Amino acid sequence: MIAKNLPAILPLIFLASALLIPLLGVWKKKIAYPFAITATLAAASLSVYGFIYVILNGTITYYFGGWVPPIGIEYVYDPLSSFVAVVINVVALLVLTHGYSVVKIDLEGRQVAYYSVVMLLMTGFNGMIITGDLFNLYVFIEISSLSGYALIAVGEKRAPFAAFRYLIIGTIGASFYLLGIGFLYFISGTLNMNDLALILPMMKDSPTILVALILIVVGLGIKMAIFPMHGWLPDSYTYAPTTSSALIAPIGTKVGAYVLLRLLFFVFGIDYFSNELPIADLIAVFSCGGIIFGSVMAIASKEMKRMLAYSSVAQIGYIGLGIGLANPFGFIGAVLHLLNHAFMKACLFIVAGNLRTKAGHSDISLMDDSFRKKYPWTMAAFTVAALSMVGLPPLAGFFSKWYLVLGTIESSRWIYLAVILLSSLLNAVYFFRILEKVYMRSSVKYKSDESYSDNIRQDEVVPSMLLPTLVLAVGLIVLGILNVFIVNQIYKMMPEGL
Amino acid sequence: MFDFIAGHYDYWFIISLITIGLYGMIIKKNLVKKLIGMTIFQASIILFYISSSIKAGATVPILSDKFNSADVANYINPLPHALMLTAIVVGVATVGVAFALLVLIYKRYNTLDEKELIERMK
Amino acid sequence: MKHGSSSPIILLLSRVISPYIMLFGMYVVFHGHYSPGGGFQGGAMLAASILLIRIAVEEKVHQMHFKRTLGIPLGAVGVLVFFGTGLISLLLGGYFLDYHLLPIPWLEAPDLRNAGILIIEVGVGLAVMTILVSIYDNLLEDDDV
Repeated sequence: MIAKNLPAILPLIFLASALLIPLLGVWKKKIAYPFAITATLAAASLSVYGFIYVILNGTITYYFGGWVPPIGIEYVYDPLSSFVAVVINVVALLVLTHGYSVVKIDLEGRQVAYYSVVMLLMTGFNGMIITGDLFNLYVFIEISSLSGYALIAVGEKRAPFAAFRYLIIGTIGASFYLLGIGFLYFISGTLNMNDLALILPMMKDSPTILVALILIVVGLGIKMAIFPMHGWLPDSYTYAPTTSSALIAPIGTKVGAYVLLRLLFFVFGIDYFSNELPIADLIAVFSCGGIIFGSVMAIASKEMKRMLAYSSVAQIGYIGLGIGLANPFGFIGAVLHLLNHAFMKACLFIVAGNLRTKAGHSDISLMDDSFRKKYPWTMAAFTVAALSMVGLPPLAGFFSKWYLVLGTIESSRWIYLAVILLSSLLNAVYFFRILEKVYMRSSVKYKSDESYSDNIRQDEVVPSMLLPTLVLAVGLIVLGILNVFIVNQIYKMMPEGL
Repeated sequence: MFDFIAGHYDYWFIISLITIGLYGMIIKKNLVKKLIGMTIFQASIILFYISSSIKAGATVPILSDKFNSADVANYINPLPHALMLTAIVVGVATVGVAFALLVLIYKRYNTLDEKELIERMK
Repeated sequence: MKHGSSSPIILLLSRVISPYIMLFGMYVVFHGHYSPGGGFQGGAMLAASILLIRIAVEEKVHQMHFKRTLGIPLGAVGVLVFFGTGLISLLLGGYFLDYHLLPIPWLEAPDLRNAGILIIEVGVGLAVMTILVSIYDNLLEDDDV
């Protein structure tokens, strides 16, 4: 019975806990965190079970209310959506484990409301992944966006303005998406994704479909932060509290990228958006612009969270490049980078959170080599994640870039190849300058004050914050080694036509 | 040409509302005016859905005794109306969150003008 | 508002009209499954009736009308009513929100679907009413008007 109902259970666990946490919080305030972490643990284990079940047995479809599609709303739990569900639920579990101490310090007294909104955010994300109905997707986009605005606004002093800017830009994006699916509904008569994929090839020459495609790509591009539409991202990720940025940064943009992947590859079809119209080339060119822009601005940033935010713009550019290439290696590269970047960015934001908790800041110019004595494990996790972002084998980041490079070679786009290689170099610049400051300066400077370096004791963060950091870092190594196994599963997710 | 403009007058109206909404969101400096622009923009999309659901010579979708059978050509399409109820609720929730953010910004900086805010945030 | 309105016309009329608005709001909620109306529309009218009192009357009295602390828990209860009916259908072997499996003994399948939609409309109306009132309360938390 669980396997049959699994597509509905995943969003509903989070919705139930989002409703029960305020009710039980009136009675006893301390119950908010255990409730939230239990719900996330249940969802993570169910999503892993669901992924294994779907790989062995095939797609699960679920009809809400018993109404058969195309009349009713359908939830489709196929290999691609179960894979992304595993990624986001496991990352959310690790970030929430880390968040126990951080939220206790940052947001004293507001924990009931905070965890309730976090559960609503996870409801929105899980619903976005599993649904097979276009309007239901809009509703879940808005649920997750509104929760995101609220989570970002409880940060430092400049946070509400960044959240307001994100609200205005995000609502424009969702409204463009709504307008686009309005056009699609009025010309085809259905809102179901599978049904639409069958109807669309019959009306290829209609300008309505073209307008709908452009509006949907622009709307989802704003959510996903592809290059010209990324303006909300740096300020929002920088001024948000640690747990919020560690939840929204690895997961939010990835789910937007997944939705774009699903709509472009499975609903519109490769022929339409790649061969007949140059939409794929447009996405690829914008993504290349985003990669270069993000990397350059990350080099220019003085503070670690802002650097990680611009680096996120660049990494989303890689996924956009994979979508824009529209060939099998591009698809594999995009999906693999979705997984890898979620783990890498979560690890990096958690490291920034650890530094902020212990040292009070995460400013790069103030980092010195006392960090390697005071926080050895944290900086070790940072090193692993940084090397994986640059793309060194056998860590996970290398393999997604490798498949993207293979995709560019197959389409003979040498400019994209040059962009990928150049950006790896730029990534190396802005990560290695931190590693250089922390690891490579010797203690020769402190000759006049020799007792200084002996007095620095290890001052590592508490185990509940350290454990997720290390699990994510080790996970990167494991994902790199198990890479072949994962790619074999990705082959099952490809749409027809590739 | 005149037929093209006059025949699609509802779409021209919706396009002008979208333009007014986007103008308000981008050009105006006061944060509350940006919010009003966003509300106009969302209202125009709701109007688009509803204006595209009518049929010539049809009536409201409540089963009536005047028609013998439930012939669909006699009733307008009720599905976009149901979708737009949800969109209106989403709009209300967005405006609620936006006003809470504006109250917080005002408490911290004592102004709601974008230029002054950027000055005071430095 | 903290201090009530100083004009006796407003005080009298708001207290006379508000129950009628509430009654009409409940009428709209209960007609949702059969004619124009429904959870959100009715809930907005119910919220209007409560907010009318909040604008016109002083704080001590309008807290007796609808307390501030009741807002969010009642909203959660409203959505849980919606969630509960769906969950009952799920646990009894059908799909989520599949109303014909609801355990009401004296109704048949089409009437059961009718009853199911009615129950969730009531839940949505309650949730919308309390959430709109609590948005108003939160925005005016430190107000001195």
